[in-house]
Amino acid sequence: MPTGRMPVKLTDAQIEEIGRELDAMRHEVIESRGDRDRRYIRNVIKSQRGLALGGRVIILASILFLPAWGHGLATYTVFLSLLVFGAFCLGLAKIIENMEIAHNVMHAQWDWMMDEDVQSATWEWDNVCASAEWKVSHNFKHHTWTNVLGKDPDVGYGMLRVSPEQRWKPYYLGQPIYALILAVFFEWAIAIQGLELGRVFAGKTTLRQIRSQVVMTVKKMAAQIMKDYVLWPLLVVALMIPFAFSGYGPALLAVFLWVLAANGAANLFRNFWTYLIIFCGHFPGDVYVFTKKQVEDETRARWYVRQLLASCNIRSGKFLNFLSGNLSHQIEHHLFPDLPSNRYQELAPRVRAMADRFELPYNTGSLIRQFGSTVWKILRLSFPGGASLGMKWEFKTWNEQQESTES
Amino acid sequence: MKAALQKSSFLSRVASIPRLFAYPLRISNYLELINPLWSSHRLMARVVKVWDETKNARTLTLRPGRHWKPHRAGQYVSIRIPVAGKLETRYYTISSPPERTDGCFTITVKAVEGGRGSHSLVRDLRVGAYLPIGLPDGDFVLPDPVPEKLLFITGGIGITPAMSMLGSLIARKCLPDSVHLHYSPNEFEVVFDRQLKEMARTHPQYRLARVFTRPADGIASLNEGHFSPAQLDKLCPDWKDREVFACGPETMLTALTTHFERTRMAAKLHLERFGFGPLNVPVEGVGGHVRLVKSGLEVEADASTNLLRVAEQAGLKPKHGCRQGICHTCNVRLISGSVRDLRTGKIFDDLGGPVQICVSAAAGNCELDL
Repeated sequence: MPTGRMPVKLTDAQIEEIGRELDAMRHEVIESRGDRDRRYIRNVIKSQRGLALGGRVIILASILFLPAWGHGLATYTVFLSLLVFGAFCLGLAKIIENMEIAHNVMHAQWDWMMDEDVQSATWEWDNVCASAEWKVSHNFKHHTWTNVLGKDPDVGYGMLRVSPEQRWKPYYLGQPIYALILAVFFEWAIAIQGLELGRVFAGKTTLRQIRSQVVMTVKKMAAQIMKDYVLWPLLVVALMIPFAFSGYGPALLAVFLWVLAANGAANLFRNFWTYLIIFCGHFPGDVYVFTKKQVEDETRARWYVRQLLASCNIRSGKFLNFLSGNLSHQIEHHLFPDLPSNRYQELAPRVRAMADRFELPYNTGSLIRQFGSTVWKILRLSFPGGASLGMKWEFKTWNEQQESTES
Repeated sequence: MKAALQKSSFLSRVASIPRLFAYPLRISNYLELINPLWSSHRLMARVVKVWDETKNARTLTLRPGRHWKPHRAGQYVSIRIPVAGKLETRYYTISSPPERTDGCFTITVKAVEGGRGSHSLVRDLRVGAYLPIGLPDGDFVLPDPVPEKLLFITGGIGITPAMSMLGSLIARKCLPDSVHLHYSPNEFEVVFDRQLKEMARTHPQYRLARVFTRPADGIASLNEGHFSPAQLDKLCPDWKDREVFACGPETMLTALTTHFERTRMAAKLHLERFGFGPLNVPVEGVGGHVRLVKSGLEVEADASTNLLRVAEQAGLKPKHGCRQGICHTCNVRLISGSVRDLRTGKIFDDLGGPVQICVSAAAGNCELDL
């Protein structure tokens, strides 16, 4: 197998050694999983549920401070600060649930505990994308084919040109706007992306064939809408009805709309944050993309090297690690998608030192640097060209030379 | 009729509305934040008291959650014990009678040498801890009506079902003429020693014979040493008239069965086993017999073919993704036996745990939930 297919100057023996070293790290963590990890995830789950409930109760309580009540504290200042705080707590709870809990649970990181409540097979998350759908497009497709053009559904999410290797089309001129729309409706985009409707339009499959997936996704979306935009607002309205009958308190429609808006804001907050973190994972400058040809007959060791080249970390402390669901350690996550996320930070220095020994890049930077370079890439690549934003020039030409000598 | 059906489906829809508020969780997931015993999606028990019966046997008093169903004397319960972060399942006989009125029950556990689960229960567990439990199960129970004459033969920690039965008979004030042969290594390791003596003192129809199998001064008479027919004749001459309930180590039960079969009295003998079968020690480079439980298939598999392939060759189409051990789409529950991870060569034998069948091969016999 020609090493030239990888954009690295390593011999086969070196690549296999990298594979062995990473396998050994994985094995060490697996052997040392224990009570401390179980306590960690159980505490995170409990606190997250408390925070979600707390957020909803604060939103409810804020309604009692609408000016229409006429009591001393009933001012828009008090009402809005409470409403925003409640929405913030709920949004934070959704972020923690999606990123640090559900994403990792669905990766089977916690299956080893044999705890029925925390199993990849049964976890359903607080997100409009059905878990079953997500596990196929994310765990299988994205993690197996990371940054392989035409195979990884997450390269630009089928909407954006995030790498100069993607051929430019006039459609991409509008991509700064598409990117913004994607941020607002991120969870919806991911849910719809999972259905691969493009394959239907291209005639590769029919709506009939994907009917069960569509039904599942629609049901999931309905349940999420029902909870956040119908039932909880209605519950608060129901609690206000006795006052409304006595001609006291705010208009019921206003109550409904305020609660709905707060829940919407929480979802929007979660969408923006997940978009921000996830776009820093595989799109910042210097990240590598691959062609299908490069990954033919790929060994496990080569898969490891590709994960390392295709992922980017965010330099962070404990706080950001947690809020990003430890995706600040995207590289470690991609090397070891099924190891408990709380262990990535202890693996990171070892992976980084190993990359350094083999003169491999280890893409890390501050959140501002990583997101900034992603935004710049999206802007620049909406126009043709942009080759200088891609992989390092020396590797690329070297790689092309190898391919030409092969053929 | 049709109207009634429509009504009930309408009612069940109404009843499911609260759950929609908690979607994708259940209300129960929030109730358990306040008190784990209130949860309805899984039964929990709170440890309310721990008490050492001997130097290595401990009675745990457990308060079960709302959805508990009272046991019948002699039944066991499954308990999930966190051992190094893993919830392992163990089965313990309930040692308290069902007539207990405070809503609690007890299990009495002996720390088995090298037993991670029992060790964790006996040494590590604290009052206030919560454990997931199952509902009572098992058919080692007293017949109804109660036989006129009973004989209990128990060994070591195997006394627990007899304890629950005796406690129940006493509480119901219907303890018949009963003889109890209890085997223990010596006089210091008799589980429930004081309660047994107290029972013998206050209930003349209950006769206790303690037999020591390893007394400090050596075995001197028939009243000592392991079970033998002569010993039984001596300690309970009318044993043939009695309905016999026995629980204890495998060796004791084997000796009993042999004797009762030889004397054509096997119909009177009721047994409860608590030992485990012989351990399945997988041999390097050898596959095994694979039972695919859901589909009812049984196939032979070698040590190098992954189990996904094995299942496919048997005509199944298991769910799968990457076939490289990355995505966990093909995870299947291990019901019994062990498998080998083809990437690391490591044996996996966590019963109830997930097997990545695309990168695992048979290592000895195994049963998969497929």
